[in-house]
Amino acid sequence: MKLEEATRLSGETLLSFLEEMLLIRRFEEKVEERFRAGDLSGFLHVALGQEAVAVGVCRTLETDDVIASTHRAHHHCLAKGMTANALMAELYGKVEGCSGGYGGSMHLYDLANGNLGANAVVGGGLPGIVGAALAFKMRRQPRVAVAFFGDGATNTGSFHESLNLGQLWTVPAVFVCENNHYAESTPSRDHMPIADLTRRAEAFGMRSIVVDGQDVEAVHAAATEAVAHARAGNGPVFLLANTYRLTGHYVGDPQVYRPKGEQRDLRATQDPIPRLRELLGVDEDSWSALETKVAATVEASVEFAKNGTDRLPEDALLNVYA
Amino acid sequence: MPEITYREAVRDCLAEAMRSDPDVFLMGEDIAEMGGSMGVTHGLVDEFGKERVRNTPISEAAIAGAGVGAAIQGMRPVVEIMYQDFITLSMEQIVLQAAKHRYMSGGQIKVPLTVRTQGGAGWSPGAQHAEQLEGWLCHVPGLKVAFPSTPEDARGLLWSSIYDDNTVVFFEHRTLYPIKAEVSDTLEPIEFGKARVHREGSDVTIVAIGRLVHVALRVAEQAAEEGISVEIVDPRTLLPLDEDSIVNSVMKTNRCVVTHEAVTRMGFGAEIAAIVQEKAFDYLDAPIERVGSRFTPIPFAPVMEEYVIPHEEDLMAAVKRTVARG
Ligand SMILES: Cc1ncc(C[n+]2csc(CCOP(=O)(O)OP(=O)(O)O)c2C)c(N)n1
Repeated sequence: MKLEEATRLSGETLLSFLEEMLLIRRFEEKVEERFRAGDLSGFLHVALGQEAVAVGVCRTLETDDVIASTHRAHHHCLAKGMTANALMAELYGKVEGCSGGYGGSMHLYDLANGNLGANAVVGGGLPGIVGAALAFKMRRQPRVAVAFFGDGATNTGSFHESLNLGQLWTVPAVFVCENNHYAESTPSRDHMPIADLTRRAEAFGMRSIVVDGQDVEAVHAAATEAVAHARAGNGPVFLLANTYRLTGHYVGDPQVYRPKGEQRDLRATQDPIPRLRELLGVDEDSWSALETKVAATVEASVEFAKNGTDRLPEDALLNVYA
Repeated sequence: MPEITYREAVRDCLAEAMRSDPDVFLMGEDIAEMGGSMGVTHGLVDEFGKERVRNTPISEAAIAGAGVGAAIQGMRPVVEIMYQDFITLSMEQIVLQAAKHRYMSGGQIKVPLTVRTQGGAGWSPGAQHAEQLEGWLCHVPGLKVAFPSTPEDARGLLWSSIYDDNTVVFFEHRTLYPIKAEVSDTLEPIEFGKARVHREGSDVTIVAIGRLVHVALRVAEQAAEEGISVEIVDPRTLLPLDEDSIVNSVMKTNRCVVTHEAVTRMGFGAEIAAIVQEKAFDYLDAPIERVGSRFTPIPFAPVMEEYVIPHEEDLMAAVKRTVARG
């Protein structure tokens, strides 16, 4: 894929990407820590290692472009504009949380920022993205709808039906596959008979772009192209970002299925954050200033969440119907 | 008699069936090395290999449907749907294919498929990982539905499910996996349609399924201290249903409380109430009470989740109301 020169980013912009990615990283580590400490309940999937995909894609979007996320959602949420406070407060089940304490980690909504919600059903978000994009098209709005999903989700009926319909109706959608090479414990080679996922999009006549998901600049360039294609009315794009999950499937996953040393090796070679830091030549002082800033935001979100308002038990009866 | 967990009971049954019968095999997401998301099938791939303990893609319709197809060929597949919430994605294959082939073919076809699934609230996973949907499946002629509450029943009923010539949807409750109880030395198949009376009593019958059986047992202890004698009937299979055991119990106690974790409205308990009033109307001294979840999705925040699902206090209150009617 030849990318426009015009999509090359300034150092300043890339530095802001670095900060956002670091915020996601430290946020996720804090989530792991607070879960282990017993503060957080439920089922948590963190996105350690996949920060560049979320930031690279979401930074190409306008506020009123929409995304649908997955069970692994914190990185998408933060990248699409949700505050760390609103996210952490949700994980603590507070009124101030982005879903008012009704949702939890797998059901994070932020409509003001175009986030149509995380989704605990693998593949569950894709059909709705086709529908959102259809609405934009019918109303002649220049908006784009983006679905995030994993490699595992490409085996669902929803994936195939959505790509087919989206292409058939040339809706302004982008299907972003975060190929982290695992679906829970199952490596890709054991859950699909082909190695090249773009062939799935090709079957519907859909354009695809493949990108190194650990290179935020490349992700941004590819997403810019994909979004422009969709926004211009040329139909959907399948954006395949090859990435790595540098942790377990869920917080607490003993990862018995991982070959020994794999995670350590991936952390050493496939971490998008040191890679960007190196590219930008960020020195020790600037780095620790960045760390301090990000840590303050994360700590503040925990304080905010802990001091948040608890739900009343009977609030459970609200919001069932409009 | 050995003591085993509910999880081990399910696993032991699967292993024993696979050891003795090459037609039995397993399919499901992450069931091999990881042993399934609840660890139920842990270790089975080591003994039986990947050919018979098959990790599947995330394809619930195809998992159920491939089970239907293999079953029609005479195999006895046991498929696992990781969370029962996702059985919604398998529904067409279960409800429109598995349940109906025999009937539509004028009795020519058998579909000896077992669909294992698990779920339940109480751990704050949010609205898409905690529902109890057994009532949906009970509404489908052609299916059988089991919901064991103890290790012994899980082991014996699963065996009968595997060897039933119909499709059985087999519900396990997430919070029951670690419970431990004595089981007989050798696996005893348990006939479908035979309730278990967990405790005899004379003042009120509690008909309970799944997790609520254990809640009912604790409530019965407390009630006994207050002079109320509770009988607990666990149908174990919801379809077919042992109506006689339930009705006979109510004829003895003259009162009935039905309880499950699924939402009360249109639930399995409503059917029990209908049967009891139909067959034991003249014996009833009080309205039949139903104790289940409130009619909401399962909320995330633990205080709200607690409020939505039924607990001991709710069941105790229903028992007392019923007894207070004289
Ligand atoms: C329909 C459905 N089936 C099964 C699950 C259980 N589950 C949750 S995440 C997951 C793996 C998803 O893999 P992938 O789509 O690659 O996303 P990743 O976890 O790698 O981000 C599975 C099987 C689910 N949530 N929804």
